[in-house]
Amino acid sequence: MKDNIVNISRRNFVKGFALSGLVLAVGLPGLSAATEEPQYGRNAMPHGWVDNPLVFVSIAADGTVTIVAHRSEMGQGVRTSLPMVVADEMEADWSRVKVEQAWGDEERFGNQDTDGSRSVRHFFMPMRNVGAAMRMMLETAAAAMWAVPASEVKAQNHEVIHQPSGRRVGYGELAESAAELPVPDRDSFSYKPASEFRYIGKTGNKNIDGEAIATGHTEYGMDVRLDNMVYAVVAHPPAYGETLKSYDDSETLKVPGVIKTLTLPSSPPPAMFNPLGGVVVVAENTWAAIKGREKLKIEWNSGPHSQYESEAFREAMKQAANKQGGKVLRSQGDAYQALETAHSSLSADYYIPHLAQAPMEPPVATAHFKGDSCDVWAPTQAPQVSRDTVAKWLKLKPERVMIHVTLLGGGFGRKSKPDFLVEAALTSKAMDGRPVKLVWTREDDIQHSYYHTVSFEHLEAAFDEQGKPQVWLHRTVAPSIVSTFDASTIHQQAFEIGMGVVNVPFAVPNIQLENPAAEAHTRIGWFRSVSNIPHAFAVQSFIAEMAHQQQRDHKDVLLELIGPDREIDPRSLQDEWNYGESPELYPLNTGRLRRVIEHVTEKADWGKQLPAGQGQGLAAHYSFVTYVAAVVEVDVSDDGEVSVPRVDIAVDCGPQVNPERIRSQIEGACIMGISLAMLGEISFKNGVAVQNNFDGYQVTRMDGAPARINVHLMPSDNYDQPLGGIGEPGMPPIAPALCNAIFAATQKRIRNLPIRYQLEA
Amino acid sequence: MKITINEQIHQVDVAEDMPILWALRDVLGMTGTKFGCGKSLCGACTVLLDGQPIRSCVTPVKQAENKKLTTIEAISEQPAGRAIQAAWLDNNVPQCGYCQSGQIVSATALLNSKPNPSDDDINTAMSGNICRCGTYTRIRDAIKQAANNMETGHEG
Repeated sequence: MKDNIVNISRRNFVKGFALSGLVLAVGLPGLSAATEEPQYGRNAMPHGWVDNPLVFVSIAADGTVTIVAHRSEMGQGVRTSLPMVVADEMEADWSRVKVEQAWGDEERFGNQDTDGSRSVRHFFMPMRNVGAAMRMMLETAAAAMWAVPASEVKAQNHEVIHQPSGRRVGYGELAESAAELPVPDRDSFSYKPASEFRYIGKTGNKNIDGEAIATGHTEYGMDVRLDNMVYAVVAHPPAYGETLKSYDDSETLKVPGVIKTLTLPSSPPPAMFNPLGGVVVVAENTWAAIKGREKLKIEWNSGPHSQYESEAFREAMKQAANKQGGKVLRSQGDAYQALETAHSSLSADYYIPHLAQAPMEPPVATAHFKGDSCDVWAPTQAPQVSRDTVAKWLKLKPERVMIHVTLLGGGFGRKSKPDFLVEAALTSKAMDGRPVKLVWTREDDIQHSYYHTVSFEHLEAAFDEQGKPQVWLHRTVAPSIVSTFDASTIHQQAFEIGMGVVNVPFAVPNIQLENPAAEAHTRIGWFRSVSNIPHAFAVQSFIAEMAHQQQRDHKDVLLELIGPDREIDPRSLQDEWNYGESPELYPLNTGRLRRVIEHVTEKADWGKQLPAGQGQGLAAHYSFVTYVAAVVEVDVSDDGEVSVPRVDIAVDCGPQVNPERIRSQIEGACIMGISLAMLGEISFKNGVAVQNNFDGYQVTRMDGAPARINVHLMPSDNYDQPLGGIGEPGMPPIAPALCNAIFAATQKRIRNLPIRYQLEA
Repeated sequence: MKITINEQIHQVDVAEDMPILWALRDVLGMTGTKFGCGKSLCGACTVLLDGQPIRSCVTPVKQAENKKLTTIEAISEQPAGRAIQAAWLDNNVPQCGYCQSGQIVSATALLNSKPNPSDDDINTAMSGNICRCGTYTRIRDAIKQAANNMETGHEG
């Protein structure tokens, strides 16, 4: 492979393709970010960021501009949004732009972990740098060609113009000479003013993959096909930590098309990104592999979590949540003393079960092991982590592993974990290097997720005689995601309590926030918006309950709790995480929170008269450094069936790069929020998930979707302001707003999710 | 077995109980039709069998013998399919896009049987197709737009 390690950048820049599957490692000096100081945001991510135009852009002689998308596309539109930023800043015509997906290589491309609602937030500026540097190189090349001062030329819509003479030259003609130029220093190029943007912040930007999707010509991980490829499915241990005892494959091997069976190593908890172990059935096609798996007779050894029962666990969490103590997260004033002397008080418990991400494309990976190297094609949110993990299991150096990132048929956090890539790689190795496509069925996906945690939330408030809140007490109990990496972890970590427990900006004199211990008994992982789901559900439901008890308008009480407009240093709330962002750059701004609440209530005509059985519910939540408020309107029939005529949702994410995709992400978050509130539940018996497909694990369908979702984006055209996240922050307010609306319609308070049949008479 | 797929006759020699989905995807290499659940629960695998929408993940290939299958790859051969695809692009419907083959085939079948579907018609015809990204409101808008465009003679 050493022969392939050449500096392809300039050569391919000219040829018009930026990527070559053969090239595994290219050292790139210059613009790779490297600073010594402790850093926030994109600077704090593994491998930081890269803004070298030769890494991201190539121009063909015919003028076709190819831009590399280094983050994974899973429906959030990043293959459109980030290349569009480059195209805009370099004055490329979007209709002449092609997008190529990067392979997993963070030293080359910068951080590729596509999660945390970070892609545009972290890479807007680096991509502007790429475009601006590229534009300057094209202008410099044109000026040299004409032997005129650079100040007389200007790049404009895919060509460079010599302004005094009106001469023009297309980007294709300049490609070769521009590639020979040094990449300009960051302080030597200038950015386009926002007034000259063609695509950034504009509506109507089409999804780059839209046409291919509509005609069935896209390639997801599930669609990869290699010569001589075989297919595999895995019989996984039913419960977390169980291992293979013995198996009989005699019936399996009689299934036409089955080639052989083999075993995968089991990994004791903590799961990390390790494969679960089990028996692999390899066959000539997926169907034969599935049939063969059905015929396996397997005995499993029970494990440390084989007794996990959701009902019993819920009871244990409830007890913990209702007992003073646990790890104190924040204590201000004396909440317990104030509770005793208060004029009135209120308490409530909320329960939110495990959830599975269930992306429409289940986990799948295709691996080709070649002895001293391995190629894997997969829908992964974590290309570099996948590379490192596969390399570790194959005992290869990471640079000998090539991760080809396909389109993702949804991710929602599940595909951040590369366990399924490892399974495919180990199977290809065991098949002496035959390419293997290893498919997870829906049953595998739902029974072996890295589940959203399970939570019990206890809240208390107390009021003075005027009804002013004097106490805010929140005890949150939930297994931590970190248990998946360190089994001794029994408390929520900074990034979990920083999702709506400690970083609540409530102007109440006595605040007590506690976190009793909770052990994990299954693989816990990230699910779109993560711990914000239970925290926002409890907090925003409880505020509506407080308003009801005090016979006051919910919106008034919410705004009063938030208090006057101010910028809060998150560290003063014991939030040391702040979504990884600088506390100076990203303080918690209560004015922005207030404005989304006021905006959405105005747009939704908050407080309007509705017929019996209908109601409005409000919730607001700050997450991923974005401010969101939602008003959900419900119609509950006499027999308890809920429909949602309308959702209004206001979003302040700072400057908007691709408003069209922001809207669709927020719409999707509304529907996923309704889905988890109405239907979402994974429960365990004997350590095994009870649900195993979309009949047991139900999700919202067309007939349960809101009739209308009105997304209201708060205007912001100052592109020097920091950006907020978008993929996740639409989710957290939806479940509480929905349940608050149900209360307004029916006087029935939902404290346990999912709603399901609770409203039936 | 002889099956006509997208107007082309294919000789398909697989186990008779193999679902159409896997014959299309693994044997014939037509991957536009998607695997989502394998149990007729999500609709990602929807194709037309003699014009009727079916879930190919549970329909044995034997049932398609001597019949006509239409998949996403050729849905544009039908006026309703073309109108649906155009409206899909116009409304920027897809997010991740994985379920959209099935959505588009189901929506095409709907317009073929009901040129002017009501909201209830759309709910009935489309509730078998899950979208986890949550594109339902845009799907509804796009179906109505396609119906309207077909009625008024606009292609897109």
